Amino acid sequence: MASAVFVLDLKGKVLISRNYRGDIPMSAVEKFMPLVFTEYFKELEEESIRDNFVIIYELLDEMMDFGYPQTTETKILQEYITQESHKLEIQVRPPMAVTNAVSWRSEGIKYRKNEVFLDVIESVNLLVNANGNVLRSEILGIIKMKCYLSGMPELRLGLNDKVMFESTGRSPSRGKAIEMEDVKFHQCVRLSRFENDRTISFIPPDGEFELMSYRLNTQVKPLIWVEAIVESYAGSRIEYMIKAKAQFKRRSTANNVEIYVPVPDDADTPKFRGGKEFLMRAHFGLPSVKNVDDPDKKPPIAVKFEIPYFTTSGIQVQYLKIVEKSGYQALPLVRYITQNGDYQLRLPESNKNNKMTPI
Amino acid sequence: MMNSDSSLSIKDSTYAVSTVVKSIMTDFRISRPNFFSTPKKGENYELRADLNSEYRDRRKDAIKKVIANMTVGKDVSGLFPDVLKNMQTDDLEQKKLVYLYLMNYAKTQPELVILAVNTFVKDTDDSNPLIRSLAIRTMGCIRVEKIIDYLCEPLRKCLRDENPYVRKTAAICVAKLYDLSPNLAIDNGFVSTLQDMVSDANPMVVANAVTALAEINETSSTKDIFIINAPTLTKLLVALNECTEWGRIAILAALAEYKPADSKEAEHIVERVVPQFQHVNGSVVLSAIKVIMIYMRSIKNDEAIRQLVRKMAPPLVTLLASAPEVQYVALRNINIILQKRPEILANEMRVFFCKYNDPPYVKLEKLEIMIKLANERNIDQLLSELKEYASEVDVDFVRKSVRAIGQCAIKISEASERCVNVLLDLINTKVNYVVQEAIVVIKDIFRKYPHKYEGIIPTLCQNLDALDEPEAKASLIWIIGEYAERIENADELILTFLDTFHDENFQVQLQLVTASVKLFLKKPQSAQNIVQRSLQIATSECDNPDIRDRAYIYWRLLSTDPQAAKAVVLSDKPPISVQSNAISSSLLEELISNISTLASVYHKPPETFLGRGRFGADAVQRRAIEEQEEASRESPIQAQTKTNIENLLDLDFSDTNTVNSTTSSLPSSSKSITQPTANVDDLLDLFNDNTITSTQSSSNIQNNSVSNDLVNLF
Repeated sequence: MASAVFVLDLKGKVLISRNYRGDIPMSAVEKFMPLVFTEYFKELEEESIRDNFVIIYELLDEMMDFGYPQTTETKILQEYITQESHKLEIQVRPPMAVTNAVSWRSEGIKYRKNEVFLDVIESVNLLVNANGNVLRSEILGIIKMKCYLSGMPELRLGLNDKVMFESTGRSPSRGKAIEMEDVKFHQCVRLSRFENDRTISFIPPDGEFELMSYRLNTQVKPLIWVEAIVESYAGSRIEYMIKAKAQFKRRSTANNVEIYVPVPDDADTPKFRGGKEFLMRAHFGLPSVKNVDDPDKKPPIAVKFEIPYFTTSGIQVQYLKIVEKSGYQALPLVRYITQNGDYQLRLPESNKNNKMTPI
Repeated sequence: MMNSDSSLSIKDSTYAVSTVVKSIMTDFRISRPNFFSTPKKGENYELRADLNSEYRDRRKDAIKKVIANMTVGKDVSGLFPDVLKNMQTDDLEQKKLVYLYLMNYAKTQPELVILAVNTFVKDTDDSNPLIRSLAIRTMGCIRVEKIIDYLCEPLRKCLRDENPYVRKTAAICVAKLYDLSPNLAIDNGFVSTLQDMVSDANPMVVANAVTALAEINETSSTKDIFIINAPTLTKLLVALNECTEWGRIAILAALAEYKPADSKEAEHIVERVVPQFQHVNGSVVLSAIKVIMIYMRSIKNDEAIRQLVRKMAPPLVTLLASAPEVQYVALRNINIILQKRPEILANEMRVFFCKYNDPPYVKLEKLEIMIKLANERNIDQLLSELKEYASEVDVDFVRKSVRAIGQCAIKISEASERCVNVLLDLINTKVNYVVQEAIVVIKDIFRKYPHKYEGIIPTLCQNLDALDEPEAKASLIWIIGEYAERIENADELILTFLDTFHDENFQVQLQLVTASVKLFLKKPQSAQNIVQRSLQIATSECDNPDIRDRAYIYWRLLSTDPQAAKAVVLSDKPPISVQSNAISSSLLEELISNISTLASVYHKPPETFLGRGRFGADAVQRRAIEEQEEASRESPIQAQTKTNIENLLDLDFSDTNTVNSTTSSLPSSSKSITQPTANVDDLLDLFNDNTITSTQSSSNIQNNSVSNDLVNLF
């Protein structure tokens, strides 16, 4: 329950406010300044809030009453909160969906071609310490859906979920089953059904949405392994040896690979001494004079990558059954991709090398 | 901003607002006039003219300008009658804007609000449910006594409306009315209608009825408005699976209040709640966890408990993959949950390892949880992590990490040696603040494991010159005093400190006095001068009554009966332990009942930061003032000084040279130095790390140890 909502500009001045109860001093906003809506401004410009204050007020009214959140389903809100001035004859009415059990989908949706696209996207979070031991390795997967289906279709998604196969005693049609540690579903999925027999059944919202996310720890080898040897020469130069290794199957390819190797703040531009086979050796001059004993910032090595047609966990969509009373046929298309999440490998301590070597 | 519940849901709804607004805005990127343009002279005059214009568009733009002015905080209440004229319109947007204006300024123009009543009542009869609910929602938000009487009839109608959208809005309106006038709401039967609405066919109406009832129940004096019985329970459990995420939170909150009849019923409800762990909304997940934590109290079946504990870990861990702000909320809640049931995440230590880019508030919170989870099996891993953190650049985080190593050493005696070795490694890095922090925690380790790690004392003493923080200095001096017989040059070390006695901080001076007495008792021949000098300085040159007081006690003790002095000063100290339950068990239970609210983030019971209904504003301010006063009252040094001044007054100070004659009146044995324990605890708190307390095990040695504490302090 909230007493009031404030939308502030970057300086903390109130742009828009709604006080629901009058039980807090409006000056209370000062206490919350640092906490307020940083997220808001990441995506919204101050200007756009100013320009659209009318609709924001309307939205706030619809989304929260007396400090209690009511409905936040974008697609449904868009149906009756619009900026078009309403003509006399066609006045908007609250869509049935707002209060229905299926509050995320309106009735009467029609497509000429019924299609469903599934994207399985896995992000790998990795934390490796300076000795090269993997401290944490987890996969955060999401299944995104683009749903262009008519009517009120009833969908059932089958995954190679180990728990389900164990409970039913069957085995997956191909490949092996995977064990998901935690699963989160979009509100359209019937949670009690999943709890009972691990069936993922739902009436999807229209268009694009995130159906589910899952998390699992892996013992698999890190997909991209980076080793670094750092030598520093009397504080004036520093040398890096970086070895990167792709530890996944030969037939997969990682695209857009970027390896971020942190260097001291004052390092000059890298002069690559061309190394083959992913071997990099780089020298940097360190022009600034500083106390040797000061602790250095030690950001980790970060890796970005994307591997299409591949999931680390081995998750597979076994089937997607679509049932609608009109009985149309629709085929799902599934894509898989694995990418980096929070992929961090800590840098080892640099070897202090005090003798000057010829450059 | 937030008054009470669900900080998480606020967070989420903020996020939801932002995404919703964003996606709607991308749809309407039409350039529109800037209503926030700088004001001209006589703007209100111009606006008034426009509001009364014959052109529809002109009037509407004028209203928008008025609202814009209102938003930036300009007073446009003078235009009240003119805006009101535009209320009756078919343009929904215009109507909403006028209503918005009304809600804001009704308080300033209570007389004129009556003029709006007619339109309101008419609107509640409109054929469009959107307008009906808009009218009833707005009427409820106009917090003016005069309008209340006119609210009842329309509200009665709307509560029975055929459209669920209107009903759900009317349900909340009952709570609004109750807030203004409880009697009116009860006498008109609204509250009992609300109770019936819990059985409504529409899940959203059920959710809002539950929300409204819960709110009314909380503010009511009798607390009997919302009582869940068997039939309602069934209804709630059904609605739980059908309503929106926010409705689920309301229902889960209601379930949390319910007292299950027996273990069986509790198990049954829990079974229905557990699926909510899979919800994408973090607030739903935390609310479900709250319900289960509460119901676990009544479940007698051990196997069921084990199952639940196993099921709770994954959703908690997943919360840590969210945005940092949500992570923080999750971590604060996990902190509470772990104090109650540490087994839940016993195997998940790695999840809490800090990442380089975690914000500081998340890192510190993770650190605290890691200490809670530390055990013999994972200590090696934890230590290497903590060592890593101790070489980062964020000084605050580094210090906390070093401190954490000390806490591990005290918590897990098998690992104390490894902890000490890590600390030694850190001391050898010579990073100033690391060394100081390490010495402070080593003092605690010495206290816990006396005479076990004397070998490292030379290393510590080598860093004497690097110390500039009072706590570190005091700690090292305590170590020197405590192990004076093992340190060859202890007298030299103490002497160097004595030279700068006047420049030292209060707590360093206190330690210095104590240490020199210990030194004297251990090496009477060589340290006589030192003790004389330090007591001399402390009693005659020092203006801090606390230090003088202590020096006098020592002096008299020493001159009366050195053996007794030895028994007092060099006695064994009571053991210390890591305070694993920083929160008292009664508070802990209360916080568990408030999981996923602000209370569980603050770790404070809600009434300490909450106002009551519409009187809240004053209460909030009053409390702020009280808190300030309390803070100054609680300030330990002041409190201490005060008691010591009283102590001083009790003593005869007519002549400092008569010490010997007055000592006879002083107790010669430690037994009769009877200081109230609480006082001593204060003292301990003053000098010790907060997380370390003295545990006085048996009562017959209590007197003794109390006085020892008083003298030794560390």
